Amino acid sequence: MSENVLHLENVTMQFGGVVAVYDVSMDVNQSEIVALIGPNGAGKTTVFNVITGVYAPTNGRVSLRGKVIAEDHPRGKMRRLYAAGHQYEYVRSVGFTPDRITKMGMARTFQNIRLFKSMTVFENVLVAKHMNMRAGFFSSVLHLNGREEARMREETLELLSVVGLYEVRDEIATSLPYGQQRRLEIARALSTKPSMLLLDEPAAGMNPQETEDLCAFIREIKEQFNLTVLLIEHDMNLVMDISDRIYVLNFGKRIAEGTPAEIQNNPDVITAYLGVAEE
Amino acid sequence: MNSAILKPRKRIDRSTMITIGIIIAIYMLAFGLEQVIPASSMIFTVLKKGATYALVAVSMNLLNGFTGLFSLGQAGFMLIGAYTYAIFTVPVANRLSVYRYYDGGVIQFTLPLLLAIVLAGVVAAFFAFLIGLPVLRLKSDYLAIATLGFAEIIRAIFQWDKLGVVTNGSNLLREFPNFNSFNVKDANGNVTLYLSTLIPFLIAGVCILLIVMIINSSYGRAFKAIRDDEVAAEAMGINLARHKMIAFCASSFFAGIGGAMLAMYQNSVQAKSFTTAMTYEILLIVVIGGIGSVTGSCLSSFLFVACSEWWLRFLDQQQTINGWQVPLLRSGFRLVVFSLIIMAVVLFFRQGIMGSRELSDLFKNRWNKPSRKGGVKP
Repeated sequence: MSENVLHLENVTMQFGGVVAVYDVSMDVNQSEIVALIGPNGAGKTTVFNVITGVYAPTNGRVSLRGKVIAEDHPRGKMRRLYAAGHQYEYVRSVGFTPDRITKMGMARTFQNIRLFKSMTVFENVLVAKHMNMRAGFFSSVLHLNGREEARMREETLELLSVVGLYEVRDEIATSLPYGQQRRLEIARALSTKPSMLLLDEPAAGMNPQETEDLCAFIREIKEQFNLTVLLIEHDMNLVMDISDRIYVLNFGKRIAEGTPAEIQNNPDVITAYLGVAEE
Repeated sequence: MNSAILKPRKRIDRSTMITIGIIIAIYMLAFGLEQVIPASSMIFTVLKKGATYALVAVSMNLLNGFTGLFSLGQAGFMLIGAYTYAIFTVPVANRLSVYRYYDGGVIQFTLPLLLAIVLAGVVAAFFAFLIGLPVLRLKSDYLAIATLGFAEIIRAIFQWDKLGVVTNGSNLLREFPNFNSFNVKDANGNVTLYLSTLIPFLIAGVCILLIVMIINSSYGRAFKAIRDDEVAAEAMGINLARHKMIAFCASSFFAGIGGAMLAMYQNSVQAKSFTTAMTYEILLIVVIGGIGSVTGSCLSSFLFVACSEWWLRFLDQQQTINGWQVPLLRSGFRLVVFSLIIMAVVLFFRQGIMGSRELSDLFKNRWNKPSRKGGVKP
C-alpha cells in the first residue's frame, strides 16, 4: 500500500445540537483519486472545511502526511451537548489556519465558485504564487525582487497554457463562461504547487460534454503534477469513472467505503440514495 | 510568451508616458503659480490642504478600497502623526513659551525636519500595530466602530493634563516649522524663491507613489484578493492576520505623515480639532473620488478642499444682487449646500469620479485597448 497522505480519525463536527459530521474516519493515499459522495446535506462540504482548517472539529484528529493539522475535543457548553463517541480520546487542541494548510501542500476549490472578481484570469492565478514568495514586504514594494516577480509571472503563464486558459488571460475572471471559471479555480489551486488537491463539486452545473472534459482534465493534471485528489461530487458518471475509492456519507455518518463497483452494489448506499420500499 | 505581461516595467507604454507627463506638468504648474501669484491667494490654501488630504485619502483608500477593511480611525492616526511631528520640532528656544503651563516640557531637543516627518509615520504605524492586534479580528461594521472608538480615545488621551509635559495637554502646540519655512529668503527676510506649495506636493507625491507601489506589488495583489474574497484568499495561502496588519500599519504610517503635513499647514496642533468629522471628510473624499482609485482620491480631495474652503464661501455671507437680497444666504448655509452636493454624488454617481480606474487607464481606453469584455461571455 502506498504512502498515506490524509488521515481523518473519528472526526465529529457538531453545531449546537446538530451533528453535521459524525465520527468519520477516512484515509487518502498517495496518487489516489478518492471521492466523497452522499445525498444533499450529508456533511461532505463540512468534512472539507474541517480538513482545510475553515472549521475546527468538535472532536477528532486530522493529519496530513503524518503531521497533525487539526485535533480537538468538546469544550465548554459542547461538553454537555456532545452526541458522538470518542469524547476523551483527543486531548490536544491543534488548529492550523487554512493558509498554513495550503502552504503544506493541500489546495482546494469551492462548491460555489469563489474567484477574485475584480481581477483578471492572470492575476487570479498569479496571486496564489504570493505565498511562496521569498521577498519580504519592503523588497517587494520597492520592486527589488524583479527576477522573482518575473519568474512568478512566467510560471503563471505556463500554468495557464497547460490548463487551456492562456487565450483568455486578460479577461476579468467572472466574465468567463461557467465551465472556464471552474477550470480557473482549479488552475488557481494548482498555482500553489500542491501535492494534494481537494475539489468541491467540480462538475456542478456542467453539461455532460463539459463533465467529460473535466474528467479528462482531472486525470491529466493528476498525472502531470503528481497529485493526490479528494473530490466531492454528485455526478455519478464522473465519480464512478474517475475514482479509485469512494466514501459515502449519509446524515454525517460514513455508511460505506470501497471501489466504485463495490459501492454501486452496496445495499446501504442504495437505500440512502433511493430510500426503502414501503412494505 | 507575452513580454508586456512578463516585464511590465521594461516597456513603458503610451498611457504611462502621458500619465507621467501630466504629473510633471502639475508639479511645474504648482511651482510656477507660486512664483507669480501673491502668497496670500486662496489657491495656495487649497493646494496645500488639498495635497495633505490627498495623501490621507489615498492612505484610507489603501485600507478601505484595496484591502476591504472598513476602518474609521484615520483622524486618530493623523493626530498621532501631527503631535509626533510638532513635539519633536518645536525649537528648544521656544519650548518655554509653548509649554508655558508645563515648565517647558520634558523633551529638550529637536529632530531634523525630515526625520520628524518619518517618525510621525512610524509612531502612527506603531500605534496601529498595537491596536490592530485585537481589532483586526473584527469584520466590516464592527471594525469601523472599534477604530472610530480608538480615534476618540486617542483624542482624549492627548488632551489629558497628566501627559502635558509631552503633549502640552489641551493647549496648542505651535511655533514649529511650517510650510512657509521652506521658502528661500534673502538676508532681509524677503522671499526669493517660494517653495511652500511645492514641498507639500513633493511629500504627498512621494508617499502616494509609495502607496501605488504597494498596490502594484505582490502584496497589493494579496490585499485585493482579501478584499474580493477572504475565504478564497486564505485558501490560496494568504495569511489573513499578517496581511491585514501590514495594510493597517502601512495605511496608518501614511496617515501619520498626512497628520504631520496638516500640522505644518495649520501652524498649530490641538487634539480637539482631530474629530470624527475629519475622518468623515476623508471618507467622503474617498467615496466621491471612487473607492479603489488613487487618482480619484487625489482629484476629489482638491475638489473637496476647494469647495469647502473657497468656492462655496460666498454662501456664508449675505449677498445683494441689484438691490435684491438673495434669500437663505447666511452663516452656515454653505454646509447645507455642501451636504446636498454630497447626497447627489452618493445617489447618482455611486462609482465616484473615477470608479476603480486610474489616470493611465483613461488613455488606455481610447487607443490600445483590446476588447476586454467582448466575445466569450456566457
